[in-house]
Amino acid sequence: MATIDASPLGAPASNPQHEIVNDFSIQVATVNGSGSQSANLILLRSLFQMGIPVSGKNLFPSNIAGLPTWYTIRTNKRGFIGRKKEIDLVVAMNPETAQEDVMNLDSGAAAVYDAKLNLNELRSDVVFYPVPFDELVAPVCPIPKLRKLVRNIIYDGVLAFLLGIEMEEIKNAVYKQFASKPKAADMNWAAAQAGYDWAAENVAKQDPLRVERMNANEGKIIIEGNSAAALGCVFNGVSVVTWYPITPSSSLAETIADYARRFRLDEDGKATFAVVQAEDELASIGMALGAGWAGARSMTTTAGPGISLMNEFIGLGYFAEIPVVLFDVQRMGPSTGLPTRTSQGDLVSCAMASHGDTRHPVLIPATPEECFTMAGEAFDLAEELQTPVFVLLDLDLGMNYWMSPKFEHPTEPFKRGKVLTAEDLERLGGFSRYEDVDGDGVPYRTLPGTPHSKAAYFTRGTGHTIHATYSEREDDWVNNIDRLARKFETARKMVSPPVIEKTDGAKIGIIACGTSHFAVEEAQDQLAREHDIQTSYCRVRAYPISQEVADFIDEHDRVYIVDQNRDGQLGQLIRMDYPGFDPAKLRSIRYYGGMPLDARTVTDDLVKQESR
Amino acid sequence: MSAPATPRKPKVNRLELPVLDYRGGKTTLCAGCGHNSISERIISSYWEMGVDQTQVIKMSGIGCSSKSPAYFLNQSHGFNSVHGRMPSVTTGALLANKTLSALGVTGDGDTASIGIGQFVHLMRRNVPMVYIIEDNGCYGLTKGQFSATADMGSVLKSGVVNELPPIDTCTLAIQLGATYVGRSFSGDKKQLEAVIKGAMAHKGTAMIDVISPCVTFNDHKGSTKSYEYVKENVEPLQEIGFVPHFDEIHLDEEAKPGEVREVTLHDGSHLLLKQLDADYDPSDRLNAMHMLETSAAEGHLLTGIFYVNTEKPDFLELLNLADDPLATLPQERMRPPASALAEVMEELS
Repeated sequence: MATIDASPLGAPASNPQHEIVNDFSIQVATVNGSGSQSANLILLRSLFQMGIPVSGKNLFPSNIAGLPTWYTIRTNKRGFIGRKKEIDLVVAMNPETAQEDVMNLDSGAAAVYDAKLNLNELRSDVVFYPVPFDELVAPVCPIPKLRKLVRNIIYDGVLAFLLGIEMEEIKNAVYKQFASKPKAADMNWAAAQAGYDWAAENVAKQDPLRVERMNANEGKIIIEGNSAAALGCVFNGVSVVTWYPITPSSSLAETIADYARRFRLDEDGKATFAVVQAEDELASIGMALGAGWAGARSMTTTAGPGISLMNEFIGLGYFAEIPVVLFDVQRMGPSTGLPTRTSQGDLVSCAMASHGDTRHPVLIPATPEECFTMAGEAFDLAEELQTPVFVLLDLDLGMNYWMSPKFEHPTEPFKRGKVLTAEDLERLGGFSRYEDVDGDGVPYRTLPGTPHSKAAYFTRGTGHTIHATYSEREDDWVNNIDRLARKFETARKMVSPPVIEKTDGAKIGIIACGTSHFAVEEAQDQLAREHDIQTSYCRVRAYPISQEVADFIDEHDRVYIVDQNRDGQLGQLIRMDYPGFDPAKLRSIRYYGGMPLDARTVTDDLVKQESR
Repeated sequence: MSAPATPRKPKVNRLELPVLDYRGGKTTLCAGCGHNSISERIISSYWEMGVDQTQVIKMSGIGCSSKSPAYFLNQSHGFNSVHGRMPSVTTGALLANKTLSALGVTGDGDTASIGIGQFVHLMRRNVPMVYIIEDNGCYGLTKGQFSATADMGSVLKSGVVNELPPIDTCTLAIQLGATYVGRSFSGDKKQLEAVIKGAMAHKGTAMIDVISPCVTFNDHKGSTKSYEYVKENVEPLQEIGFVPHFDEIHLDEEAKPGEVREVTLHDGSHLLLKQLDADYDPSDRLNAMHMLETSAAEGHLLTGIFYVNTEKPDFLELLNLADDPLATLPQERMRPPASALAEVMEELS
């Protein structure tokens, strides 16, 4: 942002010419468990309701209460809502981190803080707004033990005054947030008003930040990726969900249960779904596989450590050819790693999960809308290909709130794959479970319970013939494992193709996947405006890597592959599927600090590599 | 010239099927393996009960025991899954299709060592299935190592002595919530068949521990799971009669009133438990566990049906599932209407 002249408290408001409208980042620093999440969502929602492009990112500890937590809200009138590293306004509510929060600001930024912390003594190049939160909260919240929660809403009111957020929208957001608790809504609305009224009487605006109503959010919703995926499952016929709690995926399974209880009961009140919390990930994938084997649209949800535990079963699913969908909401590994930080570290471990020669289709949504649609695609693919299919979100996508176009009700019929009925068996006189009848590597199956004497077959993870009988013969083994490779080539043509945006004359290509998208599209803008570097963009949406990606690489002089992991895993998968490319041509931009990727990191790294 | 002999019509069951139709592939287990005897009992039980095999799933983990589902019920879907995790696969299959009858076959390593976690939660959930442990106290397929049910003091061929106490799967199952718990011996044809048939008629987890000597690695002097040891130390708790729901009940004339306990199972079949010792109430959990502990301390191998509870709801009932299998519900019951999605979109906008 542009810097402003530092002004001591009480100086006249800055010149309106310096105003920065709908283009800044706010960071709220609080203590985990202090009710700040409600206050932050109200702030986010009120900006959204004013039609301004906005995003909210929760940087939280692996803890329930007591540790520092930060919430970043970014507004951007041009629609760039990826993370921005620079903070323009901090709300310092946490005494533990307040000094550091202020010292980390760029010169010219602003700080709203709890007056008793005396932060204004720390530096002279930051605009300070001390607020007496304790004095303000007492009159609006007569119950002392609730004050810790309600005082956070006061900063919403203060910011509404400072930034020009319409109080009517704050009110709407408060009553939406506390829709089921009218008393709490009233108290919080009173607190927001108290904050606003106090600021209006006592604060002289000195920073340049301001919001202005826009019309960018018509027809949009705000949703977390996990909820979007959950809706995608419920509206695409998921019938068995078996899961084990793990951050950042738990809310996906829980939200499925919530929506399924609303929308997936028969008229007699009985459920057309089962959601079972298993005793561990070994059991959750085991149940999901058993259900897929018996014909359900089944799934599990997990994160990296769960994938590690599930590996043996995933290999069985691949080899015995059982449909199942695994949602992995990636967090930072290895090991327990950073449980509440984002990463794209599970690309390779999912694509190649389990021992022996295994490959699995992986879908990689970048937006809530894709979380919704890819859930449906994943169930179709799993059943059509009879194999485990992964959907890889990450913590940034899964647990943060995003603006999204409204989801469209899916109209395509479910694709249930090659399943033979009793009538089919009667007509055919039987079947061979692992025979490649159609030449696409995908065999036919029957479901347990099919009322025909020729329906049964024996499922096993050991070597088998096309008739599913036990075999240790070399030719049976090789034929079968080669057919599975053929099936994977079928998958390559079926998975979501990449999204390619070519720029005329661009010699440089950028390849990315998942939430790197938001940084990349803004980096393209920065590169063009600041460095006159034109780039084309290919967003990979699935493994196996489609031929279009290889063509994209062919068409550019240099291609930068963006990864949110240390080892360039997206690059590894591309090189594995298309090994012929010159190593000097395929370059890598990697970020693995656990924060959502920001555009500046991509721009700086690319410019540096270009100038070599 | 004598008249051509008319071939004897094979005996058929209620479904007009001969027992041959209930067999499986040729066993590849060792000759004399107790597991083969159990397979025979499974075949005759399912045949005699006139079960429609196409509605049965036969499930297993890994090990000698877990190979055996390939050797019976050829017309049932089978699943030889991964080591120690047949319970979860079976649970999942039943979630997908609650109308299936599940038969799980496992071993002592598959259940009590690697699989103890899944065993515990299967019992706790009371998932409706027959769960047979083919218990030989050792790992046959990897050449005889001890499992967690090996008795203290039993000796490997190499001379290694087991110093750790065994896990008693029956006591554990009763404590955890299984609703039909029994133990038998692979060589006791009559008792084992009655126990299996009772398990088939039960709704809930029916856990049967079957002592099944390993002729290759654990049938020597000093082994507490050898034929010789079991025959000398077995102590039946009752004489078990099983009356299928399609037969009339007639009590054994010799049985005195009070000696015979009659348990009505879910499909209307009856277990007739003729007590051999003191009056034993198979619905008393504490007494069952007490008796198991006492006989173990005395070195007796107690067999019979230790516990039956026909009241407790099974796991699938608790989930309030639709009456039809989830696996094959039509799309209109699986995809909520456009109005439902519009309602959610409105809430989120």
